[in-house]
Order: sequence, then C-alpha cells, then structure tokens
Amino acid sequence: MRAALSALDVARPRDLGHALELLHASVAGGRLVPLAGGTDLFVMLNSGQVPGRRFLDLWGLRELRGVRERDGRLVLGALTTFSEIREHALVRRRYPALAAAAAEVGVWQIQNRGTLGGNIANASPAGDSLPVLLALEAVVHARSVRGPREIPFTSLFRGYRDLALEPDELIVAVSVPPAPARAKQFFRKVGTRRAQSISKVALAGLLRLGRDGRVDLARVALGSVAPVTLRAGRAERALLGARPSVAATAAARAALLEDIAPIDDIRSDREYRRRVSGNVLEQFLRAAEPRFARR
Amino acid sequence: MSAVLTLDFTVNGKPRRVRVPPMKRLLDVLRADCGLTGTKEGCGEGECGACTVLMDGVPANSCLVPAVQAVGAKIVTVEGLARGPALSVLQRAFVERGGTQCGMCTPGILVTAHALLQRTKGRVPGDDEVRVALAGNLCRCTGYQKIVDAVRAAARAARAPARGRPAARTKAKTTRAKAARGGKRAGR
Repeated sequence: MRAALSALDVARPRDLGHALELLHASVAGGRLVPLAGGTDLFVMLNSGQVPGRRFLDLWGLRELRGVRERDGRLVLGALTTFSEIREHALVRRRYPALAAAAAEVGVWQIQNRGTLGGNIANASPAGDSLPVLLALEAVVHARSVRGPREIPFTSLFRGYRDLALEPDELIVAVSVPPAPARAKQFFRKVGTRRAQSISKVALAGLLRLGRDGRVDLARVALGSVAPVTLRAGRAERALLGARPSVAATAAARAALLEDIAPIDDIRSDREYRRRVSGNVLEQFLRAAEPRFARR
Repeated sequence: MSAVLTLDFTVNGKPRRVRVPPMKRLLDVLRADCGLTGTKEGCGEGECGACTVLMDGVPANSCLVPAVQAVGAKIVTVEGLARGPALSVLQRAFVERGGTQCGMCTPGILVTAHALLQRTKGRVPGDDEVRVALAGNLCRCTGYQKIVDAVRAAARAARAPARGRPAARTKAKTTRAKAARGGKRAGR
C-alpha cells in the first residue's frame, strides 16, 4: 500500500484559477482527484483503493478558506475545517445545529483536517454535515474555467454518491441563508459510540410555532437512511399546521417512515434505522416544543 | 511520473529537509526519513490516534496527511515533548499515575493531551473535557481512567510550577538538553 502511495503524483496549483485550469485540462484523460484535508481520501488509499493516479492539492488555496457574512448569508469557504466551524462565534449563535454537527464529525484530529467542501464532495449518505446543510437550505458554490455556478443543496445529490457537479468543477464555498427567526434548531447523530463513529441515523431539524400555536415552519433532514441525504417531505407536511400533541407526533413519525428507505449494512439494519429515525424525530419535536409529548 | 518533492518543514523546533514522494504519509516521513519512531501506526485509517502529531499546534492523524501538505508546517511529535532525557510534566504524570501500559497508544495520547493542556493553560480540565479531547486516541490496556487522572494531575502541576520536584528537575535537564542541541526548541 505504501509502495502504491509513492507512485502517486500531486499537482500543486498557485491559486484557484490555476487549480481550475489544471482540473479542466485533466478531464480529457486521467482526471486529477481534488484533495483537501485527506481524511476520507487517505482512508481509501491506506486500504489499497486508488481513486486516481494524480491529485490536485487544494490545501494551500487561500481563496477557499474562511468564514464570513455576505448580504446576510453565512459564507463558508470549502476548506473551512470542522474545528473552525464548531468554534466560530457566529455559527454557534445563529446556526447552533451546524456547530453541533461539526462537533460530532469524527474526533478532534479529524475536525482539524476534515473540511466542509470535502465532506460534501465525498457525497456519502452518512456525511455528518449534510443533513444540517439541507435543513438550512444551503447553496453550494461551484466554479470551473467557465465561471461560477450555484447549486441548491436540495438538488445536489442525484443518487448514491452521485453529485451534481461537472468533472471540472470545484466546490469553492457553501452559503447558508439567515436561519428562520424563532425557529428551534436540532441535530442528533446516532452511532456506535459518541465519537469517531459513522452515523447509523442522523437528523437535523428546524421547527417554529406561529401565533396561533400551530407549526408554521418544519424542516426535517436525515442522513444514513437512504441512498442520499434527504428532506423528509411527508413528515414536514404532516407537521405543518399541526398543533403540538402526542397525536401530531405520531402522525409525523408515521409519515417519516414513508420518506426514508434505510438498508441493512455493516453499521446497522433497516428495522433499527426505521425505529431510531422515529425516536430521534420525536426527540427533536419534544426538544423544540414540550407539548409534542402531551395528550 | 512519480515526482519527488523537496519537503521543508519544522519538526520539534528544528528545520528539516527531506526528499520524498508527495503522497507519502507524514507518518512514514517522520518515522523513515526523520528517524522519529515515537509516532506509531495503529489502524492506518484515522480511527485510533496512535499516529497523532501536532500540525501548527493542533492534533492531526499523521497517517492521513500527505507529505505535500506538511510543507512549511510546524510539526511536534512525542519526541518534542521531553527535553532531552528529562520527561515533561505530562509524561512524568503518565509514569507516576500508571497512564501507560503496553505503550503503543501512549505517544499519540501524550501529543493530544499536550495540545489540550496548551489550550486550557492555567485551568485544570474536567474529566469530561479530557475524555472528549482524547476520544480519538484509543487505548486497549488502561481503561482510560488513569490516563484522565494523569492529564489532570499534569494540569495541576503545571499550574503551580514553582513548587515541587518535577518542575525543578525539568529545568535543570532542559539547560543541558539545550546546550547539547545548540539551540532552543520551539513548539512548547
């Protein structure tokens, strides 16, 4: 395996423009594999899987770093690490679910190297940041030699590990609109242990009650329960307009089972994931509004 | 193809230059090219933390870092914690409290714990805080409690450096180690 590593080559771009040119030129044959913090790629490489012979090292590209606010939106550079996200004051204040998700990525060592752009590009249905970004209606900012392109998170995943990105496009940033005022945010990841596990089920949610006491905003996104990270549209519709109660909770749980399509795999099985998805949904609803536990 | 990279970086305060393939793992560069075998390989997939080193002050799994991304970085390995033959306060606490058994995980744990104590400077972290910080360093021998005890004991000792034997001894040996190396060590 180590012998194989020594045969791999790396292109080291001067800046983002140069990186895009190199990537574009490579598409014709032997496409460069973009490399960020390496926390996914090196796991593959160390296990003997080689996704390509040549890599495009993005780590030094300053244009892809940093967290800032622009026109009310939070803009996170693609190379923003999960440590940066979990410690960022603005993220913690306005997007607590995102900070919570970042804090549950792997462990400290992984959070120091793993990047938001890399987590998205890896496109695993178990990607820890994906449910929150979906629930917050984030937008992925991609760029190629042809120019910039914005891809809403809702249309990012076409199928299992199939990202709506062109082969010569790079993710340069992710932007998140202002979090809906007064909406409660929630994130829960269920794994084998609290740290360093790949999720069996992950759920991100936003919930708000209107003046009439009925739910006027409900967003529920789940990871690890389908080929792609998904919005639970049926559960959301079951919640919208409902008065918080045990009956409303039960209706949302029933609807959720129609949204998800979990499988048996090495980490868990279908039945467990169906049960736990419902439990976590219920936990979210009760945390957001205690009356969801009341008859 | 397989180009070779001239890698300049700092290891335990000392500038180093090695010629290595760009995707060679930092772990292998440290062990094979720098002769620093304190850093261990455990799982080789970022789970166990035996290969933990500091990169620019924060813990990273060196089995997941390509050499090319260590260019210009300040690396600290377990060898950088001791000053010559004198153990650091943290290392001494591990010895005194039984925080090490077989020793395979110990270098990585020391490096992560060192980074934690840098962050909490002047404060003794609670059990939970130590456990969360060390969640990426697996130990199959100790059951962790003695590791947590050792880290907290080191934090207490570091808070009162003027008193007690360990600090005084560390200082005396440091002077000798510095003289032997002809320079000052960074990263501490």
